[in-house]
Amino acid sequence: MSTTTEQIEKLANTEYKYGFVTDVEQDIAPKGLNEDIVRLISSKKGEPEWLLEWRLKAFRAWLKMEEPKWQNVQYAPIDYQGTSYYAAPKEKKKLNSLDEVDPEIRATFDKLGIPIEEQKLLSNVAVDAVFDSVSVATTFRSKLAELGIIFCSFSEAVKDHPELVQQYIGSVVPHTDNYFAALNSAVFSDGSFVYIPRGVKCPMELSTYFRINAQNTGQFERTLIVADEGASVSYLEGCTAPKRDENQLHAAVVELVAHTDATIKYSTVQNWYPGDKHGTGGIYNFVTKRGICKGDRSKITWTQVETGSSVTWKYPSCILQGHDSVGEFYSVAVTNNFQQADTGTKMIHLGRNTRSTIVSKGISAGRGQNTYRGAVKIGKNARNARNYSQCDSLLIGDRCGAHTFPYLEIKNTTAKVEHEASTSKIGEDQIFYCESRGIAKEDAINMIVSGFCKEVFRELPMEFAVEAQKLLGISLEGSVG
Amino acid sequence: MLLEVKNLKVRVADKEILKGINLTVQPGEVHAIMGPNGSGKSTFARALSGHPGYEITEGEVRYNGKDLLDMDPDERARDGVFMAFQYPVEIPGVNNAYFLKAALNAKRKQQGLDELDAIDFMKVVKEKLEVLHIDDSMLQRSVNEGFSGGEKKRNEIFHMAVLEPALALLDETDSGLDIDALRVVSEGVNAMRSPERSFVVVTHYQRLLNYIVPDYVHVLSEGRIVRSGGKALALELEEKGYAGQAAVGARR
Repeated sequence: MSTTTEQIEKLANTEYKYGFVTDVEQDIAPKGLNEDIVRLISSKKGEPEWLLEWRLKAFRAWLKMEEPKWQNVQYAPIDYQGTSYYAAPKEKKKLNSLDEVDPEIRATFDKLGIPIEEQKLLSNVAVDAVFDSVSVATTFRSKLAELGIIFCSFSEAVKDHPELVQQYIGSVVPHTDNYFAALNSAVFSDGSFVYIPRGVKCPMELSTYFRINAQNTGQFERTLIVADEGASVSYLEGCTAPKRDENQLHAAVVELVAHTDATIKYSTVQNWYPGDKHGTGGIYNFVTKRGICKGDRSKITWTQVETGSSVTWKYPSCILQGHDSVGEFYSVAVTNNFQQADTGTKMIHLGRNTRSTIVSKGISAGRGQNTYRGAVKIGKNARNARNYSQCDSLLIGDRCGAHTFPYLEIKNTTAKVEHEASTSKIGEDQIFYCESRGIAKEDAINMIVSGFCKEVFRELPMEFAVEAQKLLGISLEGSVG
Repeated sequence: MLLEVKNLKVRVADKEILKGINLTVQPGEVHAIMGPNGSGKSTFARALSGHPGYEITEGEVRYNGKDLLDMDPDERARDGVFMAFQYPVEIPGVNNAYFLKAALNAKRKQQGLDELDAIDFMKVVKEKLEVLHIDDSMLQRSVNEGFSGGEKKRNEIFHMAVLEPALALLDETDSGLDIDALRVVSEGVNAMRSPERSFVVVTHYQRLLNYIVPDYVHVLSEGRIVRSGGKALALELEEKGYAGQAAVGARR
């Protein structure tokens, strides 16, 4: 395996491309976390009393909770009091168009290859760009508004649609759900809000780009997506972060609510700074993502491509409450150097004839450790529930690891649950076969890896598949003929 | 002269397999390398293709005047050396047409030609499929994944037809083929014979040479070429077997 290892090390030694810092004046809260900080965040954002109370309840719950230790990852203790919990670009004035956005910020997006203008013109994607926790640019809103679709920052939703936020916030991920979700609930800075009214099919992919920028500022995004009866939406989330030496904590919460006959497709490409080749630095990514298929025949699909972060702890899950509802989870997780990922999903079948599909592809290289952790629960009333799970691991080199922990809890005898798992090493013989056809080794590895991930990539919206390709450094398969 | 092999010695996992091979191949010639199991004939083909498991300990190989041994396997391929594998490798999830397009364009790029777009590439491919009588469903499947033994070998010949090598190394392409598959594969090879293209055909059985008629036959035994001759030599081997060939060679 020596040549492969060498090759991977060469790829791994490529400098993190997105490691740059934008110089924008920041409005930063003092380090530390206490009730005053929670109040400060809430007042900075001009929030109503009920939301402040909700934050405080979460904060008090968090104080009594302990950081989870069961995951298969190791990292230095997080200094929660050494972190600043709020940073916002200093607001200059209210923006009427993209042209008024801070040129520094625009330049950052350009460096990332996400020209907003181009996206507006070419790809028909409305972008709600989150820059260090506060939205600075929102596009296509008026077009969406004509259909009654709300797509805005979380803060704006709190101001403009408080009744919707109050109805749904914490309804899928309660403020006491887990340590990191409680922390997020107390200090969340901003995020995105989507509401698709009854019977409306959102005519475009909605996307948000997150970016961690200020040093030592944790990022606590909160996203809430509600699809009313018969509505459908596809939402894209993509992330890159500048290079930093100190570990940065990220604890996001995403809640999805699908009513009767509604469909939500949520796709993520995550490429935060993974740390250097010695395992120094990198983002701690502790995310709680959960959706509820509330109504009959509703459907939620999670697709994720996780290439970044030094530590990933993330289990996008579905509660299948409505009868005949469907939950899907498609995942590619890559760990290289000293990256660690403990990721998977939970499919909780409550309604009759509920179906779930899990396809997980873990790729480990360098000294990376990749863990799939999944739970399938079939409730006692979930007659004829079905689950299919497939977990494949690909090892590159001989110093990395792959681990699989599937949990099953079945309380109804009519359930059908299938689980398939495989672990393979990327073969010298496969690489040589490609080389013998004239394909260079680096391209061969990319090709083999992207072939391995194909079942997941094809679930991504087209433009996002392109992004995934860029971020993975993989030339994704194009179709010919 | 297309290929000149001088005193080639090759080691596999600390065991010397080839003990000094000499061979000269002119453009347009077909050379058959025959020999019993373990004689080193596959090792010879794989060493020429640059397989990393085969260590060259001595000797020289000139290809088109260049030092072949100094080139990486992918460089050799882009420069016109093609290897048809005895056991073609499966690459799950990688579409066969996509794979070939990447291979062909890598070669064209090296030659300073424009890369083919999907449409032009498909034109080339359809033409080759017709000549080879291969069904185009093979294009959309993953490389060799779930292919039968015969399909895999046909796919190798299809790759060769698209990549149009100057030197094709066929490593026991006949092994595991029934008579119909053997005929299809052989016809494919024969369709590609030309004054600019040479073949080194490694085979255990004379049977293949009924279909692909060689210009020269070489008998390999214990890492050395012990006899060389015309196509009649293959027939003689069929009749008398490999036993005694080393001794015959030694007498000469």
